[in-house]
Amino acid sequence: METKIKIKTLDDTNRLSAIISGHLFPGFILGLTGDLGSGKTTFTKYLAKHMGISANLNSPTFTILKVYDNENLNLYHMDVYRLEEIGYDFELDEFIYGNGVSVIEWYPYIEMMLPVEMLRVSIRVEEDDLRTVTIQGEGRYLQIVKDIDSRYRNEIYLP
Amino acid sequence: MYVLGVETSCDETSVSVTIDGKEVLSNVVLSQIDIHKEYGGVVPEIASREHIKGITYVFDQAMKEAKIEYEDLDLIAVTEGPGLIGSLLIGVNAAKVISLNYHIPIIGVHHITGHIYASNIEHDFEFPLLALVVSGGHTELILMKEHFSFEKLGETQDDAVGEAYDKIARVLGLPYPGGPVVDKMARDGEEEYHFPRPMIDSDDFNFSFSGLKSHVINLNHNMKQRNEEIHIANFCRSFQEAVTDVLVAKTIKAKDQYQVKQVIVAGGVAANSGLRQKMKEQITDVPVYFPSMKYCTDNAAMISAAGYYKYKKEQKYDDFMLNGSSRLEINKEE
Repeated sequence: METKIKIKTLDDTNRLSAIISGHLFPGFILGLTGDLGSGKTTFTKYLAKHMGISANLNSPTFTILKVYDNENLNLYHMDVYRLEEIGYDFELDEFIYGNGVSVIEWYPYIEMMLPVEMLRVSIRVEEDDLRTVTIQGEGRYLQIVKDIDSRYRNEIYLP
Repeated sequence: MYVLGVETSCDETSVSVTIDGKEVLSNVVLSQIDIHKEYGGVVPEIASREHIKGITYVFDQAMKEAKIEYEDLDLIAVTEGPGLIGSLLIGVNAAKVISLNYHIPIIGVHHITGHIYASNIEHDFEFPLLALVVSGGHTELILMKEHFSFEKLGETQDDAVGEAYDKIARVLGLPYPGGPVVDKMARDGEEEYHFPRPMIDSDDFNFSFSGLKSHVINLNHNMKQRNEEIHIANFCRSFQEAVTDVLVAKTIKAKDQYQVKQVIVAGGVAANSGLRQKMKEQITDVPVYFPSMKYCTDNAAMISAAGYYKYKKEQKYDDFMLNGSSRLEINKEE
Protein backbone atom coordinates (compact mmCIF):
# COMPACT_ATOMS: atom_id res chain seq x y z
CA MET A 1 0.00 0.00 0.00
CA GLU A 2 1.12 3.53 -0.72
CA THR A 3 0.02 6.94 0.50
CA LYS A 4 1.09 10.47 -0.37
CA ILE A 5 1.05 13.39 2.03
CA LYS A 6 2.16 17.02 1.86
CA ILE A 7 4.46 18.60 4.39
CA LYS A 8 5.82 22.11 4.58
CA THR A 9 7.16 23.08 7.97
CA LEU A 10 9.44 21.47 10.52
CA ASP A 11 6.31 20.91 12.62
CA ASP A 12 4.95 18.76 9.80
CA THR A 13 8.16 16.73 9.71
CA ASN A 14 7.99 16.41 13.47
CA ARG A 15 4.40 15.14 13.34
CA LEU A 16 5.10 12.55 10.64
CA SER A 17 8.15 11.18 12.43
CA ALA A 18 6.16 11.04 15.69
CA ILE A 19 3.50 8.88 14.02
CA ILE A 20 6.13 6.56 12.56
CA SER A 21 7.97 6.31 15.88
CA GLY A 22 4.79 4.85 17.42
CA HIS A 23 5.03 1.84 15.10
CA LEU A 24 8.69 0.85 15.45
CA PHE A 25 9.73 -2.72 16.29
CA PRO A 26 13.10 -4.51 16.57
CA GLY A 27 14.52 -5.00 13.09
CA PHE A 28 12.49 -2.12 11.61
CA ILE A 29 13.92 -0.88 8.31
CA LEU A 30 13.09 2.53 6.90
CA GLY A 31 14.45 3.40 3.47
CA LEU A 32 14.65 7.09 2.60
CA THR A 33 15.07 8.79 -0.75
CA GLY A 34 15.00 12.41 -1.86
CA ASP A 35 17.41 14.87 -3.45
CA LEU A 36 20.32 16.44 -1.62
CA GLY A 37 18.79 18.97 0.73
CA SER A 38 15.24 17.54 0.70
CA GLY A 39 15.29 16.91 4.45
CA LYS A 40 16.24 13.25 4.91
CA THR A 41 18.61 13.92 7.78
CA THR A 42 16.15 16.39 9.36
CA PHE A 43 13.44 13.73 9.28
CA THR A 44 15.82 11.25 10.93
CA LYS A 45 16.74 13.84 13.58
CA TYR A 46 13.06 14.07 14.61
CA LEU A 47 12.61 10.31 14.51
CA ALA A 48 15.62 9.92 16.82
CA LYS A 49 14.11 12.46 19.19
CA HIS A 50 10.83 10.54 19.33
CA MET A 51 12.76 7.33 19.98
CA GLY A 52 14.18 8.97 23.10
CA ILE A 53 17.68 9.60 21.76
CA SER A 54 19.15 12.79 23.17
CA ALA A 55 22.48 12.82 21.29
CA ASN A 56 22.80 15.29 18.42
CA LEU A 57 22.19 13.37 15.20
CA ASN A 58 24.20 14.63 12.24
CA SER A 59 25.20 13.36 8.84
CA PRO A 60 26.55 9.78 8.63
CA THR A 61 27.82 10.24 5.07
CA PHE A 62 31.50 10.07 5.91
CA THR A 63 31.38 6.85 7.90
CA ILE A 64 28.23 5.59 6.09
CA LEU A 65 26.89 4.34 9.44
CA LYS A 66 26.38 5.96 12.80
CA VAL A 67 25.10 3.91 15.72
CA TYR A 68 22.95 5.55 18.40
CA ASP A 69 22.66 3.31 21.44
CA ASN A 70 19.36 3.72 23.18
CA GLU A 71 17.43 2.32 26.12
CA ASN A 72 14.71 0.79 23.98
CA LEU A 73 15.64 0.42 20.33
CA ASN A 74 19.06 1.34 18.97
CA LEU A 75 19.10 3.55 15.90
CA TYR A 76 21.36 2.71 12.96
CA HIS A 77 21.54 5.76 10.73
CA MET A 78 23.07 5.04 7.33
CA ASP A 79 23.76 7.06 4.23
CA VAL A 80 24.70 4.74 1.38
CA TYR A 81 25.05 7.54 -1.22
CA ARG A 82 28.65 6.55 -1.87
CA LEU A 83 27.83 2.88 -2.51
CA GLU A 84 26.07 3.75 -5.77
CA GLU A 85 28.48 1.87 -8.02
CA ILE A 86 29.04 -1.02 -5.62
CA GLY A 87 25.53 -1.95 -4.57
CA TYR A 88 26.23 -3.53 -1.20
CA ASP A 89 28.41 -3.46 1.85
CA PHE A 90 28.42 -6.57 3.96
CA GLU A 91 29.55 -4.64 7.02
CA LEU A 92 26.08 -3.11 7.17
CA ASP A 93 24.40 -6.54 7.29
CA GLU A 94 24.52 -7.13 11.00
CA PHE A 95 22.91 -3.75 11.63
CA ILE A 96 20.21 -3.92 8.95
CA TYR A 97 19.30 -7.44 10.05
CA GLY A 98 19.85 -6.67 13.73
CA ASN A 99 17.45 -5.76 16.51
CA GLY A 100 17.45 -1.99 16.22
CA VAL A 101 15.86 0.47 13.83
CA SER A 102 17.71 1.11 10.56
CA VAL A 103 17.18 4.34 8.68
CA ILE A 104 18.88 4.07 5.29
CA GLU A 105 19.27 7.21 3.19
CA TRP A 106 19.61 6.49 -0.55
CA TYR A 107 18.51 2.87 0.06
CA PRO A 108 17.94 2.00 -3.64
CA TYR A 109 21.74 1.94 -4.05
CA ILE A 110 21.89 -1.18 -1.87
CA GLU A 111 18.48 -2.62 -2.77
CA MET A 112 20.08 -6.03 -3.51
CA MET A 113 21.02 -6.52 0.13
CA LEU A 114 17.70 -5.33 1.57
CA PRO A 115 14.60 -7.40 2.33
CA VAL A 116 11.48 -6.91 0.20
CA GLU A 117 9.50 -5.91 3.28
CA MET A 118 10.46 -2.48 4.58
CA LEU A 119 9.02 1.00 4.89
CA ARG A 120 9.90 3.14 1.89
CA VAL A 121 9.72 6.89 2.34
CA SER A 122 10.46 9.26 -0.50
CA ILE A 123 10.59 13.04 -0.17
CA ARG A 124 10.08 15.22 -3.23
CA VAL A 125 10.62 18.96 -3.14
CA GLU A 126 7.80 20.84 -4.90
CA GLU A 127 7.45 24.63 -5.04
CA ASP A 128 9.18 26.60 -2.28
CA ASP A 129 9.21 24.59 0.92
CA LEU A 130 6.36 22.28 0.01
CA ARG A 131 7.28 18.61 -0.06
CA THR A 132 5.37 15.52 -1.15
CA VAL A 133 6.17 12.49 0.96
CA THR A 134 5.34 9.09 -0.44
CA ILE A 135 5.14 6.26 2.09
CA GLN A 136 4.94 2.65 0.97
CA GLY A 137 4.91 -0.60 2.91
CA GLU A 138 3.47 -4.12 2.94
CA GLY A 139 3.28 -6.97 5.45
CA ARG A 140 4.55 -5.86 8.81
CA TYR A 141 4.70 -2.30 7.50
CA LEU A 142 1.14 -2.19 6.15
CA GLN A 143 -0.41 -0.97 9.39
CA ILE A 144 1.82 2.07 9.58
CA VAL A 145 0.91 3.19 6.04
CA LYS A 146 -2.78 2.67 6.87
CA ASP A 147 -2.39 4.71 10.03
CA ILE A 148 -0.71 7.61 8.24
CA ASP A 149 -3.23 7.43 5.41
CA SER A 150 -6.22 7.60 7.75
CA ARG A 151 -4.77 10.44 9.79
CA TYR A 152 -4.04 12.58 6.77
CA ARG A 153 -6.88 11.52 4.46
CA ASN A 154 -9.40 14.12 5.56
CA GLU A 155 -6.93 16.95 5.71
CA ILE A 156 -6.83 19.49 2.98
CA TYR A 157 -3.37 20.96 2.81
CA LEU A 158 -3.43 24.74 2.57
CA PRO A 159 -0.06 25.95 1.47
CA MET B 1 58.12 5.99 27.82
CA TYR B 2 57.93 4.23 24.45
CA VAL B 3 54.37 4.56 23.14
CA LEU B 4 53.08 2.58 20.16
CA GLY B 5 50.22 4.28 18.30
CA VAL B 6 47.79 2.43 16.03
CA GLU B 7 45.28 4.17 13.73
CA THR B 8 42.84 2.43 11.35
CA SER B 9 39.63 4.44 11.72
CA CYS B 10 39.19 5.25 8.05
CA ASP B 11 41.36 4.77 4.97
CA GLU B 12 44.90 5.01 6.33
CA THR B 13 46.64 2.13 8.06
CA SER B 14 49.17 3.72 10.39
CA VAL B 15 51.50 2.66 13.20
CA SER B 16 53.92 4.92 15.04
CA VAL B 17 56.37 4.85 17.93
CA THR B 18 56.97 7.99 19.99
CA ILE B 19 58.77 8.79 23.19
CA ASP B 20 56.33 10.45 25.59
CA GLY B 21 54.10 11.46 22.69
CA LYS B 22 56.63 14.12 21.69
CA GLU B 23 59.61 12.58 19.96
CA VAL B 24 58.46 10.70 16.88
CA LEU B 25 60.69 7.68 16.18
CA SER B 26 58.52 6.37 13.38
CA ASN B 27 55.19 7.19 11.76
CA VAL B 28 54.34 4.79 8.95
CA VAL B 29 51.18 5.59 6.98
CA LEU B 30 49.76 3.34 4.28
CA SER B 31 47.08 5.30 2.42
CA GLN B 32 44.24 3.66 0.50
CA ILE B 33 43.14 6.85 -1.19
CA ASP B 34 43.89 5.64 -4.73
CA ILE B 35 41.70 2.59 -4.20
CA HIS B 36 38.71 4.57 -2.90
CA LYS B 37 39.06 7.36 -5.46
CA GLU B 38 37.13 5.52 -8.12
CA TYR B 39 34.12 5.17 -5.81
CA GLY B 40 33.99 8.87 -4.92
CA GLY B 41 34.69 8.19 -1.28
CA VAL B 42 35.78 5.63 1.25
CA VAL B 43 33.97 2.30 0.95
CA PRO B 44 33.80 0.56 4.34
CA GLU B 45 34.18 -3.05 3.26
CA ILE B 46 37.04 -2.29 0.88
CA ALA B 47 38.74 -0.24 3.60
CA SER B 48 38.59 -3.20 6.00
CA ARG B 49 40.10 -5.55 3.44
CA GLU B 50 42.92 -3.13 2.70
CA HIS B 51 43.67 -2.66 6.41
CA ILE B 52 43.95 -6.43 6.80
CA LYS B 53 46.33 -6.64 3.84
CA GLY B 54 48.56 -3.86 5.07
CA ILE B 55 48.56 -3.96 8.83
CA THR B 56 51.31 -6.53 9.46
CA TYR B 57 53.67 -4.70 7.12
CA VAL B 58 52.91 -1.35 8.74
CA PHE B 59 53.54 -2.72 12.26
CA ASP B 60 56.85 -4.29 11.17
CA GLN B 61 57.97 -1.18 9.35
CA ALA B 62 57.14 1.13 12.25
CA MET B 63 59.14 -1.02 14.69
CA LYS B 64 62.04 -1.29 12.26
CA GLU B 65 62.25 2.47 11.74
CA ALA B 66 61.99 3.11 15.48
CA LYS B 67 64.82 0.61 16.00
CA ILE B 68 63.20 -0.96 19.06
CA GLU B 69 61.64 -4.34 19.87
CA TYR B 70 58.05 -4.95 20.95
CA GLU B 71 59.39 -5.91 24.39
CA ASP B 72 60.70 -2.35 24.82
CA LEU B 73 57.25 -0.76 24.54
CA ASP B 74 55.63 0.77 27.62
CA LEU B 75 52.18 1.56 26.28
CA ILE B 76 49.99 0.80 23.26
CA ALA B 77 47.50 3.48 22.19
CA VAL B 78 44.87 2.59 19.61
CA THR B 79 42.01 4.53 18.00
CA GLU B 80 38.77 3.07 19.38
CA GLY B 81 36.46 5.46 17.48
CA PRO B 82 34.77 7.22 15.89
CA GLY B 83 35.21 5.82 12.42
CA LEU B 84 34.32 2.89 10.19
CA ILE B 85 33.43 0.07 12.52
CA GLY B 86 35.11 -2.73 10.56
CA SER B 87 38.30 -0.72 10.04
CA LEU B 88 38.49 0.25 13.71
CA LEU B 89 38.19 -3.38 14.78
CA ILE B 90 41.26 -4.34 12.76
CA GLY B 91 43.46 -1.79 14.50
CA VAL B 92 41.99 -2.55 17.92
CA ASN B 93 42.48 -6.29 17.53
CA ALA B 94 45.99 -6.00 16.12
CA ALA B 95 46.89 -3.76 19.07
CA LYS B 96 45.36 -6.28 21.49
CA VAL B 97 47.45 -9.08 19.98
CA ILE B 98 50.67 -7.17 20.62
CA SER B 99 49.44 -6.18 24.07
CA LEU B 100 48.58 -9.76 25.04
CA ASN B 101 51.66 -11.34 23.49
CA TYR B 102 54.21 -8.95 24.98
CA HIS B 103 52.33 -7.98 28.17
CA ILE B 104 52.16 -4.30 27.30
CA PRO B 105 49.30 -2.19 28.67
CA ILE B 106 46.78 -0.87 26.15
CA ILE B 107 44.66 2.27 26.06
CA GLY B 108 41.86 3.25 23.67
CA VAL B 109 41.99 6.74 22.20
CA HIS B 110 39.33 8.97 20.63
CA HIS B 111 40.34 9.79 17.06
CA ILE B 112 39.67 13.52 17.47
CA THR B 113 41.85 13.77 20.57
CA GLY B 114 44.56 12.41 18.29
CA HIS B 115 44.02 15.18 15.76
CA ILE B 116 44.20 17.73 18.58
CA TYR B 117 47.39 16.22 20.05
CA ALA B 118 49.05 16.23 16.62
CA SER B 119 49.60 19.93 17.31
CA ASN B 120 51.34 19.26 20.62
CA ILE B 121 54.04 17.23 18.82
CA GLU B 122 55.26 20.43 17.17
CA HIS B 123 54.14 23.21 19.54
CA ASP B 124 53.60 22.76 23.26
CA PHE B 125 50.02 23.35 24.36
CA GLU B 126 49.23 26.43 26.41
CA PHE B 127 45.94 26.41 28.32
CA PRO B 128 43.20 27.37 28.01
CA LEU B 129 43.34 26.23 24.42
CA LEU B 130 40.75 26.28 21.66
CA ALA B 131 40.73 23.58 18.99
CA LEU B 132 38.79 23.82 15.75
CA VAL B 133 38.47 20.27 14.45
CA VAL B 134 37.52 20.14 10.78
CA SER B 135 37.48 17.02 8.62
CA GLY B 136 35.32 14.84 6.40
CA GLY B 137 33.42 13.56 9.41
CA HIS B 138 33.80 16.36 11.99
CA THR B 139 33.27 20.06 12.55
CA GLU B 140 33.70 20.88 16.23
CA LEU B 141 34.99 23.59 18.54
CA ILE B 142 36.65 22.15 21.63
CA LEU B 143 37.94 23.94 24.71
CA MET B 144 40.82 22.46 26.74
CA LYS B 145 41.59 23.85 30.20
CA GLU B 146 44.31 21.30 30.92
CA HIS B 147 45.87 18.20 29.35
CA PHE B 148 43.32 15.65 28.24
CA SER B 149 40.27 17.58 29.32
CA PHE B 150 37.85 18.39 26.53
CA GLU B 151 34.74 20.52 26.52
CA LYS B 152 32.76 20.49 23.30
CA LEU B 153 31.55 24.06 22.76
CA GLY B 154 29.72 23.35 19.53
CA GLU B 155 29.52 21.09 16.51
CA THR B 156 27.83 20.72 13.15
CA GLN B 157 24.11 20.14 13.25
CA ASP B 158 24.15 18.33 9.94
CA ASP B 159 27.03 17.92 7.44
CA ALA B 160 30.72 18.07 8.29
CA VAL B 161 32.69 20.72 6.43
CA GLY B 162 34.87 18.21 4.54
CA GLU B 163 31.75 16.37 3.48
CA ALA B 164 30.26 19.59 2.07
CA TYR B 165 33.46 20.03 0.04
CA ASP B 166 33.22 16.49 -1.32
CA LYS B 167 29.58 16.95 -2.32
CA ILE B 168 30.20 20.29 -4.03
CA ALA B 169 33.10 18.74 -5.94
CA ARG B 170 30.90 15.88 -7.03
CA VAL B 171 28.19 18.23 -8.31
CA LEU B 172 30.79 20.26 -10.23
CA GLY B 173 32.24 17.10 -11.74
CA LEU B 174 35.56 17.44 -9.90
CA PRO B 175 37.42 14.36 -8.65
CA TYR B 176 37.45 12.91 -5.12
CA PRO B 177 38.62 13.92 -2.57
CA GLY B 178 36.87 17.22 -3.16
CA GLY B 179 38.54 19.31 -0.47
CA PRO B 180 42.01 19.72 -1.98
CA VAL B 181 40.60 20.10 -5.52
CA VAL B 182 38.06 22.81 -4.61
CA ASP B 183 40.76 24.56 -2.55
CA LYS B 184 43.15 24.53 -5.50
CA MET B 185 40.49 25.85 -7.90
CA ALA B 186 39.47 28.52 -5.37
CA ARG B 187 42.97 29.97 -5.35
CA ASP B 188 42.55 30.94 -9.02
CA GLY B 189 39.02 32.28 -8.62
CA GLU B 190 37.20 35.36 -7.38
CA GLU B 191 34.17 35.63 -5.15
CA GLU B 192 31.68 36.16 -7.94
CA TYR B 193 28.67 34.44 -6.37
CA HIS B 194 27.32 35.30 -2.97
CA PHE B 195 26.60 32.27 -0.83
CA PRO B 196 24.95 32.32 2.60
CA ARG B 197 27.01 32.13 5.82
CA PRO B 198 24.82 29.75 7.84
CA MET B 199 24.61 30.35 11.60
CA ILE B 200 27.38 32.93 11.52
CA ASP B 201 25.49 35.17 13.97
CA SER B 202 23.89 32.46 16.09
CA ASP B 203 24.36 32.67 19.85
CA ASP B 204 26.02 29.28 20.12
CA PHE B 205 29.14 27.66 18.70
CA ASN B 206 27.31 25.26 16.41
CA PHE B 207 27.66 25.00 12.65
CA SER B 208 25.42 24.00 9.75
CA PHE B 209 26.59 23.31 6.22
CA SER B 210 23.64 21.43 4.79
CA GLY B 211 21.75 24.60 3.77
CA LEU B 212 24.81 26.10 2.12
CA LYS B 213 25.39 22.85 0.28
CA SER B 214 21.78 22.84 -1.00
CA HIS B 215 22.05 26.49 -2.01
CA VAL B 216 25.21 25.84 -4.01
CA ILE B 217 23.81 22.70 -5.62
CA ASN B 218 20.57 24.47 -6.57
CA LEU B 219 22.41 27.41 -8.08
CA ASN B 220 24.57 25.05 -10.11
CA HIS B 221 21.46 23.19 -11.26
CA ASN B 222 19.55 26.36 -12.18
CA MET B 223 22.46 27.82 -14.09
CA LYS B 224 22.86 24.61 -16.06
CA GLN B 225 19.15 24.67 -16.94
CA ARG B 226 19.43 28.24 -18.14
CA ASN B 227 22.51 27.24 -20.13
CA GLU B 228 24.58 29.79 -18.26
CA GLU B 229 28.30 29.31 -18.18
CA ILE B 230 29.54 28.35 -14.71
CA HIS B 231 32.93 29.75 -13.83
CA ILE B 232 34.18 26.81 -11.78
CA ALA B 233 37.11 28.59 -10.13
CA ASN B 234 34.87 31.50 -9.07
CA PHE B 235 32.24 29.05 -7.88
CA CYS B 236 34.82 27.24 -5.74
CA ARG B 237 36.20 30.50 -4.41
CA SER B 238 32.74 31.77 -3.44
CA PHE B 239 31.98 28.52 -1.64
CA GLN B 240 35.33 28.52 0.14
CA GLU B 241 34.87 32.14 1.28
CA ALA B 242 31.45 31.33 2.75
CA VAL B 243 32.72 28.25 4.60
CA THR B 244 35.90 29.84 5.95
CA ASP B 245 34.04 33.02 7.01
CA VAL B 246 31.79 30.93 9.26
CA LEU B 247 34.63 28.79 10.64
CA VAL B 248 36.82 31.79 11.43
CA ALA B 249 33.98 33.90 12.91
CA LYS B 250 32.93 31.14 15.31
CA THR B 251 36.52 30.43 16.28
CA ILE B 252 37.14 34.11 17.08
CA LYS B 253 33.95 34.28 19.12
CA ALA B 254 34.99 31.27 21.20
CA LYS B 255 38.57 32.54 21.52
CA ASP B 256 37.36 35.85 22.96
CA GLN B 257 34.70 34.41 25.22
CA TYR B 258 37.04 31.86 26.83
CA GLN B 259 40.18 34.03 26.65
CA VAL B 260 42.30 31.24 25.27
CA LYS B 261 46.08 31.44 24.99
CA GLN B 262 46.36 29.32 21.85
CA VAL B 263 44.20 28.31 18.90
CA ILE B 264 44.85 25.10 17.03
CA VAL B 265 43.21 23.83 13.88
CA ALA B 266 43.10 20.06 13.46
CA GLY B 267 41.83 17.46 11.00
CA GLY B 268 42.07 17.03 7.25
CA VAL B 269 40.48 20.40 6.41
CA ALA B 270 43.28 22.11 8.39
CA ALA B 271 45.23 21.60 5.16
CA ASN B 272 42.91 24.04 3.37
CA SER B 273 44.88 27.07 2.20
CA GLY B 274 41.94 29.48 2.38
CA LEU B 275 41.27 28.54 6.00
CA ARG B 276 44.95 28.81 6.92
CA GLN B 277 45.25 32.26 5.42
CA LYS B 278 42.04 33.66 6.90
CA MET B 279 42.80 32.30 10.38
CA LYS B 280 46.27 33.82 10.37
CA GLU B 281 44.99 37.16 9.04
CA GLN B 282 42.13 37.50 11.49
CA ILE B 283 43.62 36.02 14.66
CA THR B 284 46.72 37.98 15.62
CA ASP B 285 46.50 38.27 19.42
CA VAL B 286 47.23 34.60 20.18
CA PRO B 287 49.21 32.01 18.25
CA VAL B 288 47.28 29.91 15.71
CA TYR B 289 48.88 26.55 14.95
CA PHE B 290 48.19 24.28 12.03
CA PRO B 291 49.86 20.88 12.13
CA SER B 292 52.32 20.25 9.32
CA MET B 293 50.84 18.26 6.45
CA LYS B 294 52.09 14.86 7.64
CA TYR B 295 50.18 15.34 10.93
CA CYS B 296 47.05 16.88 9.37
CA THR B 297 45.78 13.72 7.75
CA ASP B 298 45.18 10.53 9.72
CA ASN B 299 48.37 9.15 11.27
CA ALA B 300 49.36 7.09 14.29
CA ALA B 301 51.89 9.52 15.78
CA MET B 302 48.98 11.69 16.89
CA ILE B 303 47.29 8.65 18.46
CA SER B 304 50.49 7.79 20.28
CA ALA B 305 50.68 11.38 21.55
CA ALA B 306 47.04 11.44 22.68
CA GLY B 307 47.42 8.01 24.30
CA TYR B 308 50.43 9.13 26.31
CA TYR B 309 48.64 12.18 27.72
CA LYS B 310 45.46 10.21 28.34
CA TYR B 311 47.45 7.71 30.40
CA LYS B 312 49.23 10.51 32.28
CA LYS B 313 45.91 12.12 33.16
CA GLU B 314 43.89 9.05 34.01
CA GLN B 315 46.65 6.73 35.27
CA LYS B 316 44.80 3.65 34.10
CA TYR B 317 44.72 1.23 31.19
CA ASP B 318 41.95 -0.45 29.25
CA ASP B 319 41.34 -4.18 29.46
CA PHE B 320 40.61 -6.64 26.69
CA MET B 321 36.99 -5.54 26.55
CA LEU B 322 38.29 -2.56 24.56
CA ASN B 323 36.29 -2.36 21.35
CA GLY B 324 35.75 -0.19 18.28
CA SER B 325 32.84 2.24 18.19
CA SER B 326 31.54 4.09 15.11
CA ARG B 327 30.30 7.01 17.18
CA LEU B 328 32.07 8.06 20.33
CA GLU B 329 31.82 11.15 22.51
CA ILE B 330 35.09 12.98 23.05
CA ASN B 331 34.40 13.67 26.71
CA LYS B 332 33.09 10.20 27.44
CA GLU B 333 33.21 9.69 31.20
CA GLU B 334 34.36 6.28 32.27
